[in-house]
Amino acid sequence: MDILINKALAGDMRAIARIISLIENGDPIADAVMRRIYPLTGKAMVIGITGSPGAGKSTLTDKLIESFRKKGKTVGIIAVDPSSPFSGGAILADRIRMQRHTGDEGVYIRSMGTRGSLGGLSRGTREAVLLLDACGKDVIIIETVGVGQSEVDIIKIADTVCVVLVPGMGDDIQIMKAGIMEIANVFAINKADKPGVDRVAAEVRLMLELVRDKSWTPPVHLTVAENGTGVEEFAESIVKHHEFIKNSPEGARFEFRRLSSEVEDILLKNLTRKAEKVWRSQKSGKLMEDLAARKTNPYTVASDILRKLFPQADYDEGIKEANTSHVTPDN
Amino acid sequence: MDERKIRVVVAKPGLDGHDRGAKVVARALRDAGMEVVYTGLRQTPEQIVETVLQEDADAVGISILSGAHTFYFTKIIGLLKEKDAGDIIVFGGGVIPDKDIPGLLEAGAGAVFGPGTPTSVCVEWLEKAVADKRAKEQ
Repeated sequence: MDILINKALAGDMRAIARIISLIENGDPIADAVMRRIYPLTGKAMVIGITGSPGAGKSTLTDKLIESFRKKGKTVGIIAVDPSSPFSGGAILADRIRMQRHTGDEGVYIRSMGTRGSLGGLSRGTREAVLLLDACGKDVIIIETVGVGQSEVDIIKIADTVCVVLVPGMGDDIQIMKAGIMEIANVFAINKADKPGVDRVAAEVRLMLELVRDKSWTPPVHLTVAENGTGVEEFAESIVKHHEFIKNSPEGARFEFRRLSSEVEDILLKNLTRKAEKVWRSQKSGKLMEDLAARKTNPYTVASDILRKLFPQADYDEGIKEANTSHVTPDN
Repeated sequence: MDERKIRVVVAKPGLDGHDRGAKVVARALRDAGMEVVYTGLRQTPEQIVETVLQEDADAVGISILSGAHTFYFTKIIGLLKEKDAGDIIVFGGGVIPDKDIPGLLEAGAGAVFGPGTPTSVCVEWLEKAVADKRAKEQ
């Protein structure tokens, strides 16, 4: 184990790749690795690229890699694609657009399947980013799955979130909606050689005028990722936002929020794993039949399991409350 | 929930631009629950091997219709060994004359599937090959 970590920290690409697999597979060793490397993290600039399927996230990422490499930065990429809800398999194809960087020792690209995770990232994205950070990558780019309106987990991991839009995706009300449109620190309106681009840009800018927090107004860039138009300016805005976040009170607040969600996620992940284990050991044909016959109910079964996990706590709180106060039908 | 998925790189080396076969195989592997990294067209052996290592793949499937199969198989297997990754399974398919297949297997290819092979044959073979490989790791 130590050998593997040391190799990874020394930059051995295969060791890094192997550890990411252990993380993805939920191997118990992964926790130990994270504890070991955590003190070395916090140095990289972490960028999130999100947007709808086909908006050009991968092509834009490819151009960003080029831009950062020209400045002498090393780059790690985590590219997430969806796993099948049926087979659990996945086609991971974001790499296709970035293959020209394969063979450049300063670039590491890893594809991940979502494996049931719903927020636009995969299980283990966070840990993979921390690992690449500890292993000395200067810039880490996370490309989310093609998202709809509400997959916003990226804000828990990236310092700077870029939302990629394209012309022709609906009217101005779409742009006013909550969710994805709120999380951008930098906007790229890609495929800017297509008709309708000015309207989207105007609508996004109008929406931004209504944002109350004026400490950072997300810049809106028109890009054609395919031929690189507008990409340099887009990259500059990313760097500028990163400086802003590192040198402002907003930055410190952001860091606390991120760390808090990190603890929360780890806690929930471990609890879920333990709870599932107890449930699997309890589950029997008899119990399932009792449930089906309504002799018992899922709520009682679940609170029995919780009682096993935390014998001290009070699980009938709700029941007592219901019996005593406001739920009691009176007059 | 936690399980070790099979990760496979499906690659198209060289200049032939026909990837229908590669896509059919990639799709079949996906439907069998594997994570398939697809590289796209016109990859060099060096790019393919680098991809396999970065993605921590268990296996790499190469599709060749150009006639250059002996060169590409030998080169990719050689590069993997050079990188101390000779345990990674190499298999492939495409338009490959029967008489060339023994030579490819000799060079270290795990299997070569010709046109018309049912995808289920390929899936079953790969599942078993990966299970054998992992058993050796223990």
